[in-house]
Amino acid sequence: MVTTAVLLAAFAVTGTGLVAFAYEKTKSRIAQAERETLLRDLHSVVKPEDHDNDLFNDQIMVTSQQYLGNKQPLPVFRARSKGQPFAVILTAIAPDGYNGDITLLIGIRHDGSITGVRVISHQETPGLGDYIETRRSDWIFIFNDRSIDNPERKYWKVKRDGGYFDQVTGATITPRAIVKAVAKALEYYALNKDTLYTAPGVTLAGQQRNDAE
Amino acid sequence: MTETSRNDSLKKISLDGLWRNNTGLVQLLGLCPLLAVSNTVINALGLGIATTLVLAGSNTTVSAIRHIVRPELRIPVFVMIIACLVTIVEYLTKAFFHDLFLILGIFLPLITTNCVIIARAEAFASRNPVSHAFVDGVMMGLGFTAVLVVLGALREIIGKGTLFGDAHLMFGENAHWMTITFMKDYDGFLLAILPPGAFIGLGILIACKNYIDRHARQRALLAKQKPGAESKAAQPVT
Repeated sequence: MVTTAVLLAAFAVTGTGLVAFAYEKTKSRIAQAERETLLRDLHSVVKPEDHDNDLFNDQIMVTSQQYLGNKQPLPVFRARSKGQPFAVILTAIAPDGYNGDITLLIGIRHDGSITGVRVISHQETPGLGDYIETRRSDWIFIFNDRSIDNPERKYWKVKRDGGYFDQVTGATITPRAIVKAVAKALEYYALNKDTLYTAPGVTLAGQQRNDAE
Repeated sequence: MTETSRNDSLKKISLDGLWRNNTGLVQLLGLCPLLAVSNTVINALGLGIATTLVLAGSNTTVSAIRHIVRPELRIPVFVMIIACLVTIVEYLTKAFFHDLFLILGIFLPLITTNCVIIARAEAFASRNPVSHAFVDGVMMGLGFTAVLVVLGALREIIGKGTLFGDAHLMFGENAHWMTITFMKDYDGFLLAILPPGAFIGLGILIACKNYIDRHARQRALLAKQKPGAESKAAQPVT
């Protein structure tokens, strides 16, 4: 009986030890890979040459279920050039995709126009709803340089609903969710424009993200 | 499941793993990842390699400790070994193939629950010497990978008209040349990409394997010049 317990404990300790060792050895590499992935996503929205600050160390966490669709705080990255605000990159969730949440990165210039929108995660139907990805089609570029008054707020809808934005026939729910989420994010920006740039940033974000897991 | 005796030669073990007792086509174990991740060749290859690593590792470890572990402790210890190995493989993928990790997502940690692994540990590794267990793990893993990749290729070609799309996820940014596009402006055949395509594809693969086996058996019988054995050959392959 006792030997059984000791044996099992020995295996548990050895196993846990090995996992801990692997974790220690890969931790920094994983953090770096996550950083690179996130930076690549961010730079698809705001070009690297348009800002000169370290995006990672200039972010704040915000929560706004009404405008950004998140219950958990999501990061807002602030891009500055020569100390002047250039753009913010909001993370927004479109909760009403065809198959669950669609997570978006939305870059908004200081004047309220969009630098770009990218989908960073979604579960839309492959081959049908996934034209929101840049590698499948150019659809998502439709938002470039738009702002909340361009088109007018009431036309921030897909064509099918009488709005401005194109959709692919047969897959309307996906773009509808995204157009809605982008419009709300723009509204959020208009309301919080000043505080978004001035709020004290969260530093060492990469580290925190890693620990949170 | 076929019992494998202690005196199996390595050649027979290999053949079992790759063909005769293939996990994907004969044992039909681990179908969940097989069906879910076989939508492109690269995804399939990624999961296949990860599974093979875990299988080889778990078989070796289980075989090495088979004299220490009492029968009543067997299963918890096996599960612990498998879970540890999977976690380590997950860390490695996350560190070195981060984009692939993002695509494989939940199916990587789910290797733990892939019945192939516990089945091989229980049915083979715990009764055979380390070298045999290791070869069995590698071959079973490769057999599984092969089915994954063939199914992945089938679905990717029919569904998207490409092969090795997203090769850069595994081989780095310089690997974009590997992508083969068969038809430009191919709209894709949605069914092949969606889960039903996986079921249909796997069904076709199993049918092909059974056809080939039956054919080979009939020819072997004919070669022995035994007319009348035809009916025996027509029996379904297990």
